[in-house]
Amino acid sequence: MVNPQMVMYEEEFNQIQNVVDRLVKDANAKVVFIVDKNGQLIAASGDVDNLDTTSLASLTAGNIAATGGMAKLLKENEFATQFHEGEKANIHIQLVGNRVILVVIFDSKSSLGLVRLRVRKASEELNHIFEALLKKVQEPGADSPFAEITDEDIDNLFND
Amino acid sequence: MSFINYMAREINCKIVYYGPGLCGKTTNLQYIYERTNPDAKGKMISLATETDRTLFFDFLPLALGEIRGFKTRFHLYTVPGQVFYDASRKLILKGVDGVVFVADSQVGRIEANQESVENLRTNLAEQGYSLDKVPYVVQYNKRDLPEIATVEELRELLNPTNVPDFEGVARTGVGVFDTLKAVAKLVLTELKRGGP
Repeated sequence: MVNPQMVMYEEEFNQIQNVVDRLVKDANAKVVFIVDKNGQLIAASGDVDNLDTTSLASLTAGNIAATGGMAKLLKENEFATQFHEGEKANIHIQLVGNRVILVVIFDSKSSLGLVRLRVRKASEELNHIFEALLKKVQEPGADSPFAEITDEDIDNLFND
Repeated sequence: MSFINYMAREINCKIVYYGPGLCGKTTNLQYIYERTNPDAKGKMISLATETDRTLFFDFLPLALGEIRGFKTRFHLYTVPGQVFYDASRKLILKGVDGVVFVADSQVGRIEANQESVENLRTNLAEQGYSLDKVPYVVQYNKRDLPEIATVEELRELLNPTNVPDFEGVARTGVGVFDTLKAVAKLVLTELKRGGP
């Protein structure tokens, strides 16, 4: 197996959601979300109702992948932090544990310094949670819920 | 690498459309986008040049329905087909769960098809995947054009391992959903086996 399967359980999800919720407040951010490196959205918090988080997640992962590619060419390990400054909105992107991406969107109510400070702390917490999650996933007996699906279940998906 | 989320009760898989430049990868996604219920799809994103050539990728999130209480979501991506975008192609293959190879049936594009399959094999291997193991289907596109190779010829050159293959005219939708269903099915079957 090249990449261990990404699995999210309720317990870890709640821990992650707590970190993300807190970061929105502590950093005065508009939106905070976490994406895995393949572009799957893991958790989001803040003013997400009017935001296409699925698309943002995919583009963030593409961005990190492209930057990672550039790093490799320069014989750098990673460019772990990115910052994009707009007229109203700014985006701070942080690679956490080389596995997930923490994205903070903020406006003039916050500042880059504050966001960086809070992101650093949140990254450490997230890193611990994801390490524990990874261990749990790799434990024997952590079967895929899909082991039991039948060919019929799969066929039924396509019968409409 | 699929992502199983017990909290949201959903499973996310990544499918990549591969093939030589102008073979119709983006057209496949556009057709799927146009013909899918609004509540089953997200926005389609195309990172393209000013002349509408794919620069980095196209992206289309799709919801296919539920299996045993889990929503199945597929993220469809295309790669840029032009030869010099190889670095970008490698990035998009990361974490892939299933691959569709879109071949251009025109006689003049046979070599481009072969080069692209070889490139796919090499780039997958770099990520630690084998083309012979990953869920994989082939679409022979542009069957409506003059001067095309026969399906038998294309199959011999591009599909020696006999994976599921389909004739397509992506512009009008022929074969588009058959191709998608086939690869989605293979991906789910692989999940059932506990891979990749």
